[in-house]
Amino acid sequence: MSTVTIEALTAGYGDGAPVLDELSLDVPDGAVVAVLGANGAGKTTLLRALTGLVPARSGRVLLDGTDLTGLPTEDRVRRGLALVPEGRGVVVELTVDENLRLGGLWRHRGAGLRSAVAEMYALFPALHRRRDAAGHTLSGGERQMLALARALVSHPDVLLLDEPSLGLAPLVVAQLLGVLRDTAARTGLTVLLAEQNVTGALSVADRGVVLSLGAVVADRPARELAADPALRHAYLGF
Amino acid sequence: MDRLVFLLSSGLARGAVLALFALSLVIVWRSARVVNFAQAAMAITAVYAAFAITAASGSYWLGLLGALAAGALLGALVERGPLRFVRGDDPLSGMIIAIGLVMVLQAGLAMAFGPEHRPMRAPFPERPLMIGEIPVLSPYEVFVLIVAAAVMCALALLFGKTPLGLKLRAAAFAPETSRLLGVRVPRMVTIGWMLSVATAALAALLLVPTELGLNPHAADLLFVDAFAVAVVGGLDSPVGALAAGLIIGILDSLVTGYATAAAAPLAVLVLLTGVLLVRPRGLFAAADRRTG
Repeated sequence: MSTVTIEALTAGYGDGAPVLDELSLDVPDGAVVAVLGANGAGKTTLLRALTGLVPARSGRVLLDGTDLTGLPTEDRVRRGLALVPEGRGVVVELTVDENLRLGGLWRHRGAGLRSAVAEMYALFPALHRRRDAAGHTLSGGERQMLALARALVSHPDVLLLDEPSLGLAPLVVAQLLGVLRDTAARTGLTVLLAEQNVTGALSVADRGVVLSLGAVVADRPARELAADPALRHAYLGF
Repeated sequence: MDRLVFLLSSGLARGAVLALFALSLVIVWRSARVVNFAQAAMAITAVYAAFAITAASGSYWLGLLGALAAGALLGALVERGPLRFVRGDDPLSGMIIAIGLVMVLQAGLAMAFGPEHRPMRAPFPERPLMIGEIPVLSPYEVFVLIVAAAVMCALALLFGKTPLGLKLRAAAFAPETSRLLGVRVPRMVTIGWMLSVATAALAALLLVPTELGLNPHAADLLFVDAFAVAVVGGLDSPVGALAAGLIIGILDSLVTGYATAAAAPLAVLVLLTGVLLVRPRGLFAAADRRTG
């Protein structure tokens, strides 16, 4: 439902060398783009810089043509950008239901919020069974489902996912990616998916972007990328 | 027996005020991770505002509302002012600013209104009611208990059942995740401070008529006891503040009644030491659930 344009984005931590080095990328409306690369390639930093958690040193991030530079994280989120952070970020002191409502609060009120949360319970029946359980009692798979559902409650236009498959059983990963693909197809959600699990990510993405040392080194249709052994060897290590 | 009933009931009323003040410390600790050493000075400043409003209007109730409003305003000013500059991982600088604030506020109050104790009238009689031959609570103590209970219920509902309460809790537990969910975390911290200082102002307002009178230091002892209460209950735990407030209020009253008033602070410190030895995080502290 929205396009993301990244123009010569440079970002990093402290005074060190930049992790993202003048990175440019266009994510068209409704695209599902897999961001691939080895550890330290800058995948997480890219997603954090898009949401403003890591400040950009230079360059711009545009959402539907509007410059987001300088906006704090919460205002970027309120413009339709949602991030599911690595390690899930479930608020463990709150219940499943509270986590979900929290995700939708800025967008919905009252009955609207209830129906948006109910929609997520329909999408993830496992969460409905555990709706009153505290976050810290959830399994890794349940936490990832909750984090994804919580991001979707607010009906974002752009969803950024950081390593959703990390530490999860293959069956759970397949289920999550399946929900993601269906949701994207149904709602026209734009998705940027950072993954180490290359096969899984490319199976749901239209396009694959390979990062190396903070810059885009390959940008191809997902199918082509999956089938190119030279690229896989060079940048993805298998 | 008569004596025991009397001491228990007056301990209960003092415990309610203690619990309320301790709750204010818990609220600000949860929302800003600061032990606000200026809580007593800020609360008493708000009580001076209430005193002025009551003197001008003749209405205790307008003064009470004034104390709440002045407390909230003061909380917002302090959080948006000096404390905005010390955000970071260093808890010491916030503490030092708070201590500086105590000096400024108390000296300012003494300069503006003089150091003497100004008598403050309670809105209800302070003579104990008799049940048979046994003196129990005074009407004012009953009023204190009702107000404390009502405020605690209101705060519990606010934090537990409303969208604002959900955002306040989430912002306190997980600020970064909350920002990613569109929660304006800095605003939540300000609201936490406002709620906290307003609650403390109310506790101080309820306390002053039962003591010598209004003075820049009138809430200092209340802060010391309430700090012990908050630590005994667990700084993170509103339920702990309530339970420990009642326990310490009654302990204080019993020791004062059966031994001597001078031994009461000692008894509180013995209890505090004992709890810290056995349960360093407080009686009602939640186990540390945050890993990684």
